[in-house]
Amino acid sequence: MTPAVDVTDVSFAYGEKPVVSDVSMTIDQGEFLGLIGPNGSGKTTLLHLMLGLLEPDTGSVSLFGEPVGAFDEGERIGYVSQQSTNRGGTMPVTVRESVTMGRFAHAGHRRLTSEDDAIVEEALETVGITELGDRLINQLSGGQRQRAYIARALASEADLLALDEPTVGVDAESRDAFYRLLDRLNDSGITIILIEHDIGVVTDRASRIACINTELYHHGDTESFVESDALAEAYGATGQVVHHDH
Amino acid sequence: MPEPIDSTNREHEHGTGGDRRRLLEHCGLALTAVIALVMLSFVLLYWLRDNPALANAYSQFMIAGQWFDYYLGTNVFQWAFMWQSMATGVLIGIVAPLIGTFLVHREMALIGETLAHTAFAGVAIGFAGGAVIGWSGSPLYAALLVGVLGALGVQWLAERTNTYGDVPIAIMLTGSFAVGTLIISWGRGQRGIDIEGFLFGDLAIVTAGSARMMAVLSVVVVAVVIYTYKQLLFITFDEQAARVAQLNVDAYNTLLIVMTAVVVVGSMQVLGVILVAGMLVIPVAAASQVARGFRETMYLSILFGQLSIAGGFALAISQGLPSGGSIIVVAIAIYLLSILLSSGRVTAMSMH
Repeated sequence: MTPAVDVTDVSFAYGEKPVVSDVSMTIDQGEFLGLIGPNGSGKTTLLHLMLGLLEPDTGSVSLFGEPVGAFDEGERIGYVSQQSTNRGGTMPVTVRESVTMGRFAHAGHRRLTSEDDAIVEEALETVGITELGDRLINQLSGGQRQRAYIARALASEADLLALDEPTVGVDAESRDAFYRLLDRLNDSGITIILIEHDIGVVTDRASRIACINTELYHHGDTESFVESDALAEAYGATGQVVHHDH
Repeated sequence: MPEPIDSTNREHEHGTGGDRRRLLEHCGLALTAVIALVMLSFVLLYWLRDNPALANAYSQFMIAGQWFDYYLGTNVFQWAFMWQSMATGVLIGIVAPLIGTFLVHREMALIGETLAHTAFAGVAIGFAGGAVIGWSGSPLYAALLVGVLGALGVQWLAERTNTYGDVPIAIMLTGSFAVGTLIISWGRGQRGIDIEGFLFGDLAIVTAGSARMMAVLSVVVVAVVIYTYKQLLFITFDEQAARVAQLNVDAYNTLLIVMTAVVVVGSMQVLGVILVAGMLVIPVAAASQVARGFRETMYLSILFGQLSIAGGFALAISQGLPSGGSIIVVAIAIYLLSILLSSGRVTAMSMH
């Protein structure tokens, strides 16, 4: 099967400062990849390179077998950015309106049909926020809001879900529920890339781990990551490691 | 299984109250549409009034205007030039809040102000250039050209600096105004220039030609927004996700900013360079206070825009005041009311 994401020798620098250096990795379809690293380690940059939001200085990225520049099936990718980058906090948009945006890549300039509406309702139901559909996004709690963004990705019938620290500012209980939802989606065949600062969550949930700090320190299954020294190396001897006890 | 989310004890703002509100909004919009169509047909009839087939329709229209004045005790509706200003006003009240809804929520509110100043340089070039080449048409055509070029310039800067930052905006705003004042000062010797009308807004400077231009621009802008509504909404709400969904974000940004320039130039004659941004921003700010969704924000913005125009015109015509200031003052009054209304709702709820 074609890999969902294929990164080959990718480097990227902001000006003189290298942020991602010589990273190669393959993410298979159906995988649940946890992408971890210290603050400023280039996790978000690497994700942006994978999604084509940034162009690598050297190396290449392909999505579902297509070079990322030529990839035009935007509806196959659901992206949940860090909360600070969208206008959910200030703009008066209802939950249903925001989930409906998942249909826009399918619809183009045509009118939305009752089939689109049905898919939106199904997505709301899957993440369990049907009754919040008419509520404004900015009236939701952090956990509910993240569910709304996941619903948008589901409404676009995405095969790949990319999440950038989705549970920052979300209380522990909603966070556990949110990760159970991700597990369920992954079981149904959706590929997941998750950036998460809480390493405990990642090792509990993800099937594979990529640990980066500009360079790739580890990429492999979770067991080999836990046994390796990659964590200490990437975070450095003095680095702060967030750990989540169970 | 997904966890059920507890929302049963929170009151849903639906039911009959919501339905009545929606009905009211739709009635208001339908009325706005009818008024806009009447205004567009006036512009069309006035333009084609020498055509024998339409001459009769035009004179009937003006006779209806005389009846209006007779019953209302006014001296407004019998004059073609008043209809031209009113048509321009009604169309401004639709397209400015329509575009403004996206601008405000993209945090690009000052773009309108900048483009108005750029367009002002265009008006100056139109006046002075017209005098040099002996062309007596509306300086608004030059303003439209310069405004659109300015819009593309702002977008070019924004793409390279990765932001609609306030420094490039401030430079563009003052720079183009500076150029405008230089040209005006030079052009005074060439041709009598009524620049005050463009600075503060004046119903008397609306000509048949400029009303016609506004009519065409408005129809185009409304059509483009309807056609690209989904894309504009998506890039406004979450630009990165829209990029990942393979929307051509830069192209839609450029489209939005060029439409802003077009709306600003069309609105300048009635509102004035300095106040034109108010109509892009204030009705939207008022609507955002009370709306329960994006589509409703857009609808309410247009309704508030129409109310501002109607109130402002009534004030300007009855008291002999400048139109721009009158319209903006009414818009601000609506904005303050919307704040009172939305905070009133909060206190009413907390009293229970």
